[in-house]
Amino acid sequence: MTVNQSVVVEFKGVMKAFGAKRVLNNVSFQIGQGQALCLLGRSGTGKSVTLKLIMALMRPDSGEVWVDQDNVVGMGEQRLSFMRKKLGYLFQDAALFDSLTLYENLALPLSRLTKKSGDEIDDVVRRVLTDVGLGADGAKYPAALSGGMKKRAGLARALVLEPKILLADEPSSGLDRITAAEIDELLLRRKAEHGTTLIIVTHDVHGARKTADRVAVLDKGNLVAFGSVEEVSQGENEVARKLITE
Amino acid sequence: MRWLSRLFEYVGEAGVFSLRVLIDWLKPPFEFVQLSRQLAEVGNKSLALVVVSGFALGAVMTLHTRNTLVTFGATAMIPAVQAVSFFVEIGPLVAGLLLAGRVGSGIGAVLANMRASEQIDAIESLSIDSFKFLVVPRVLACVIALPFLTLFMDFSGLLGGFLSEELSSHIAPALYLNRAFDYLQWSNFIAPTLKTTVFGFIIGSVSSYFGYTTDKGAQGVGEAATNSVVVSSLLIIVADVLLIKCIFFLFPETAI
Repeated sequence: MTVNQSVVVEFKGVMKAFGAKRVLNNVSFQIGQGQALCLLGRSGTGKSVTLKLIMALMRPDSGEVWVDQDNVVGMGEQRLSFMRKKLGYLFQDAALFDSLTLYENLALPLSRLTKKSGDEIDDVVRRVLTDVGLGADGAKYPAALSGGMKKRAGLARALVLEPKILLADEPSSGLDRITAAEIDELLLRRKAEHGTTLIIVTHDVHGARKTADRVAVLDKGNLVAFGSVEEVSQGENEVARKLITE
Repeated sequence: MRWLSRLFEYVGEAGVFSLRVLIDWLKPPFEFVQLSRQLAEVGNKSLALVVVSGFALGAVMTLHTRNTLVTFGATAMIPAVQAVSFFVEIGPLVAGLLLAGRVGSGIGAVLANMRASEQIDAIESLSIDSFKFLVVPRVLACVIALPFLTLFMDFSGLLGGFLSEELSSHIAPALYLNRAFDYLQWSNFIAPTLKTTVFGFIIGSVSSYFGYTTDKGAQGVGEAATNSVVVSSLLIIVADVLLIKCIFFLFPETAI
């Protein structure tokens, strides 16, 4: 489990429960700058919760969550706001703002969190939209976009502030193989060109094999395997082996 | 007993939520763009409903009061009865209840849908305070818009009453207005109109509370819309009783 690059995200003995159901049980791992970690596991094993804990959208019941040398647990609103600027989040259903056009969805964080002029914002939004293949769709509302376009739009919004770490919650769910591969390509390109750290929750083992430097397998709230794809596929845990070799 | 403890829990949570609205109103950054959007949503889009309802209510009320006042030979009082009842009570209360139905359900459903589809989480993930961005402008828009909508309700009610009376007795507009405002003082008009700011606060904060705090996914959307209307309508009626007592205490001359 050694990570050579400087650690940007680290879980230390994290526990999280909803009522009587414990979704994360003493989970510890770390991921280095510029690496891609894929979180695998059956539904309801705490993968999305892991992402929300990193973004501090939820607080753990115990343990520590370190993001870029800061423990986000117990962090005040002002410091959280500063920390979140380092993170981008691609939500499972994109979570685009219904009442705003695609262009406005991307311009909103730029206008509020940066000191860019209107022209600069316009340049950035158009460039990022073009990067994800939606250059001609800025005037559309989310309701007018297909599933694949929504994912790409969500990815564009997550990348518009050029985050150091990108969290992606099932980026390929509900997409056909070709569109899913396109999303994987976009993520990999981001990692290669900008050194962005990727933490991806996925059920798509094919995609995980292509994108992941590290794989973490969660089962019933426990981290049962962590390592490269080869290490996990040859490891002792049966659930992890089955998942990665299916 | 469990329902009672749950009720107290709700009241406590909603109270803290409303207090947070009041505190966050005063803290920068001020969401003027969001506020103007919400004013358009709450004010402009409710105007037709309020005006048409006020007009119809005014006409119907005149028909009813005419039948009664004819018995006592007091038909000259119809414009005054109409004006006093609309400006003092019917206008503020009905405008509040109409807004609770149209806007309250809308706010509850929109925010609950945003919660269910992770849009609120997305706002937070972009380092934007979702409470200030979504809740405060909606509550403030209700507070600002409702007194103006009440004025439209009052005057459209008066217009409906006039047309109804004109068809029955061919009364001249100037005479109708003269008689209508004969018994009305500024204090009869200002205090009841301003009390609707409290109704607006109730509508905005109650419906935002139900929408913003839901955790039941798609099912929560319908529940939030229904609860927003039911609870804010009930609270408006209860608050009306208390506010009238306050107004009578502060402005004894308004007790007609």
